[in-house]
Amino acid sequence: MTQALDEIKIGGLGASRRRVEDNRFIRGKGNYIDDITLPGMLHMEILRSPVAHARIRAIDTSKAWNIPGVRLVLTGEMMATRNLAWMPTLSYDTQAVLATDKVRFQGQEVACVVADDPYVAKDACEAIVVDYEPLPVIVNPEQAMAPDAPLIRDDKENQVDNVAFHWQVGDKASTERAFAEADVVSRISMHYPRSHPSPIECCGSIADFDRATGKLTVYMTSQAPHIVRAAVAMVAELPEHMIRIISPDIGGGFGNKVPIYPGYVMSILASILTERPVKWIEDKTGNLISTGFGRDVYLDGELALRRDGRILAVRMHTTSDHGAFFGDAQPSKFKIGLMHSAFACYDVPHAHLTATGVYTNKAPGGVAYRCSFRVTEAMYFQERMIQAAADDLGMDQAEFRRVNLVRDEDFPHRTAFGFLTDSGQYGRCLDVALEAIGYADFRKQQEEAREQGRLLGLGISTMTEPLGAGNSREYDILGIKMFDSAELRVHLTGRAILRTGARTQGQGHETTWAQIVAHELGIPADDVVVEEGDTDTAPFGMGTYASRSTPVAGAAVSMAARKVRAKARKLAAHLLEVSEEDVEWELGRFYVRSAPDRGATIQECAMAAYANMPDGLEPGLEASAYYDPPNLTWPFACYVVTVEVDPETGVWDVLNVVGVDDCGVRINPMVVEGQIMGGLTEAYAMACVQFITFDAAGNCIGSNYLDYLLPTAWETPGFELHEVVTPCPHHPLGAKGVGECATVGGPAAFVNAVMDAIKPYGVRNVDMPLLPDRVYEAISQRHDVSGAPPVKVD
Amino acid sequence: MSPLFEEIVEDPAAAEVPTRRVAITVNGQRRVAEVEPRLLLAHLLRQGLRLTGTHTGCDTTNCGACTVLFDGEPIKSCTMLAVQADGHEVTTVEGLSSMSELSPVQEGFKDEHGLQCGFCTPGMMMAATALLKANPNPTEEDIRWALSGNLCRCTGYQNIVKAVLWAAAKLRGEEPTHDGAA
Repeated sequence: MTQALDEIKIGGLGASRRRVEDNRFIRGKGNYIDDITLPGMLHMEILRSPVAHARIRAIDTSKAWNIPGVRLVLTGEMMATRNLAWMPTLSYDTQAVLATDKVRFQGQEVACVVADDPYVAKDACEAIVVDYEPLPVIVNPEQAMAPDAPLIRDDKENQVDNVAFHWQVGDKASTERAFAEADVVSRISMHYPRSHPSPIECCGSIADFDRATGKLTVYMTSQAPHIVRAAVAMVAELPEHMIRIISPDIGGGFGNKVPIYPGYVMSILASILTERPVKWIEDKTGNLISTGFGRDVYLDGELALRRDGRILAVRMHTTSDHGAFFGDAQPSKFKIGLMHSAFACYDVPHAHLTATGVYTNKAPGGVAYRCSFRVTEAMYFQERMIQAAADDLGMDQAEFRRVNLVRDEDFPHRTAFGFLTDSGQYGRCLDVALEAIGYADFRKQQEEAREQGRLLGLGISTMTEPLGAGNSREYDILGIKMFDSAELRVHLTGRAILRTGARTQGQGHETTWAQIVAHELGIPADDVVVEEGDTDTAPFGMGTYASRSTPVAGAAVSMAARKVRAKARKLAAHLLEVSEEDVEWELGRFYVRSAPDRGATIQECAMAAYANMPDGLEPGLEASAYYDPPNLTWPFACYVVTVEVDPETGVWDVLNVVGVDDCGVRINPMVVEGQIMGGLTEAYAMACVQFITFDAAGNCIGSNYLDYLLPTAWETPGFELHEVVTPCPHHPLGAKGVGECATVGGPAAFVNAVMDAIKPYGVRNVDMPLLPDRVYEAISQRHDVSGAPPVKVD
Repeated sequence: MSPLFEEIVEDPAAAEVPTRRVAITVNGQRRVAEVEPRLLLAHLLRQGLRLTGTHTGCDTTNCGACTVLFDGEPIKSCTMLAVQADGHEVTTVEGLSSMSELSPVQEGFKDEHGLQCGFCTPGMMMAATALLKANPNPTEEDIRWALSGNLCRCTGYQNIVKAVLWAAAKLRGEEPTHDGAA
């Protein structure tokens, strides 16, 4: 008789286990960066450039130094004497820490003040006088690529224009042949506007350099603390073992907290100089105006089509606006991220993508905000192109997709851009979504409504996306391969501590990683404590972004636990006095194959590892695993949105939102659904209100919450969620990433719905955000509305 | 709040900053502090009184992460000066419960997965607590309106609405229902 544990009861795989991190957060006992106070701690504030492009003639800091309580004023010149005025970016470019020669975007860091009190530091920033000589400003790619455009990056040798890179992928010749043979060529141009991840908690750091030990400890809002440690070691020329990066509780990241920002570097130097801890907490304006934005990509897309609805080829050209420094946080081989994942869910034989990146007088960034390395753009463009092509062919939206989706039996599927997708049931996913929304009924209602002058619309977005970068052959950041890791130590009482190289920012790792251990070992999840973010204690990992945690670190947790189980088997054989081959495993317990009543629990094995190990076996019960994933995971989804547009105002209301996600095996369904709802809200926000734009002088419009709008509970629609489960064949748990799916796939569903509603007006495209005045213009003028929303200047 | 001693700053100008003594009842306890008139209440709570559950998420009074109860009413503590709180009662997230016993709102947020990164949570729960005091039987629409001064970037609000409905049921003495439970 065996007595296998009930996996759900012990909080294992598939349990909607309530989150352990909630216990402190709901009591106000989280430990976020600004909650930390160290003895003797000073406060740093940054002075930012009020102009977008200007030579710095002089900086006078004398008045700031004279304010009581001011301990240090840093300028670019002082940083330069320590070779810290510039720092490397994650895309092999350089970024100014403090401007020396000139400023290149509004909000750029020009000086900083360290004082006893943050209020005093702010006073002192205002007392600094900077003499600027204005230069012509570039705010869009067209201006950047004009023949007589002023050079933004005159600091770089051999930089003759404002082009950051040219890049291409796919087969140009075969794609051209396919286009020559097409019955119909469908074309569309679009802009995915600049937005910002805008976590509610801004970025910050506390640097604490101890002169006596030579050790630098930095508390920092970082999604990838180990990469930061490596970068600080290289930039500050401190040895890695003397650098400790601690990423405490993070109030949301969304990709905003992957890069290394000038403020972090300044706080480190300030601590080294003052020999006291220095805290820097940016305000919301600093966050929105200077830290990693998302998107800002223009697309010219073409589909070669056969009359019967088959897609023969896709051709895409993207022009991306990277701001003044090419700082995209992405794998080094891919200049426009994984944009070439576009059309991965469709069986498209030929594809070619060219990309041009340009410098403009704006803050750097680009890869952030649940984009999975530009996949948000890829899937948005894909699904908008699909809708336009179906309209051009006069085909039903769902039917056109169904004709072209990769079929279930064709996995693994090699895409025309070279990716290998792992598994999928795309057609079923689409069917579940259409069933839930009541597709046929809605089309009837839409017809009836049109006769009454009401505009109903339905938008579909089907997609798959590459998550879990990634295998060491293709994916690295600054040369470091994109593996991840876990270390599991089982204590003698059978409780355990687990640390990984990932870094949660609210995604629930402390809860879900313990569930994997419970699944692998039968140790109740409540008996496993999970820690991340301290580079002195956690194993080296590449951090959490691009939904890579479950695919990579989650796999590592499984592998480490399996190593522990393998050793526990030896201990069980010793305890049961049989050979290892005679020992069977069931959840939480080994037993003798011929006598199932004779067993040893995992807890008994743990005790034996410390108190009764067999001769020759190393004491202790722990293991680590560094996991180099064999492939990316390819979750997929179908989002369907219905809307009603008011033709008199351009205001559109969401009627229903259905989301069907397939992320393979769900570790914690409750947490997965929370991720999807948050992601859908970001998708809705981008579709309807969110954007950052610039006026002709380079002034950033969207540098605070009055201009940069986030939906509240009042505007945000309700979501109806469903699931399909197609396990990942190469992941130890069959799980795929999911955190970014809804933000990646969601926006096109909202925009497609509005476009579907206003199709009778002959409108083909309105670029996001679909503000009422833009939709009204499209309806009343019967034309497309393109580009960044214009800024009205009185 | 009163320190055992205060560091004497060398520059005499520093000592000339005018301060005012305020007495505020925070979470039922009378706290006295010497503050500059320009000090924001949020900063007094966080830095002065070390009640760091109250967060600051923006600089334009939009996000509501700093929401506390001021004489029982929800206010954004980033938009009130500490001196204005003199003689008043303030309740922060730390005052919602004892370490051993959670308030129904706190329980509801945990049970319905109404939080992820946790940064908006204290402010969100304070606004919800005030709502349920004024309206023990709110509709979903009532809840969405009452919480529209509180931004959340993680949850999409749906589970927050469920959390408040859960808490409302519990406060009315009913058995709260929830979905997605193991």
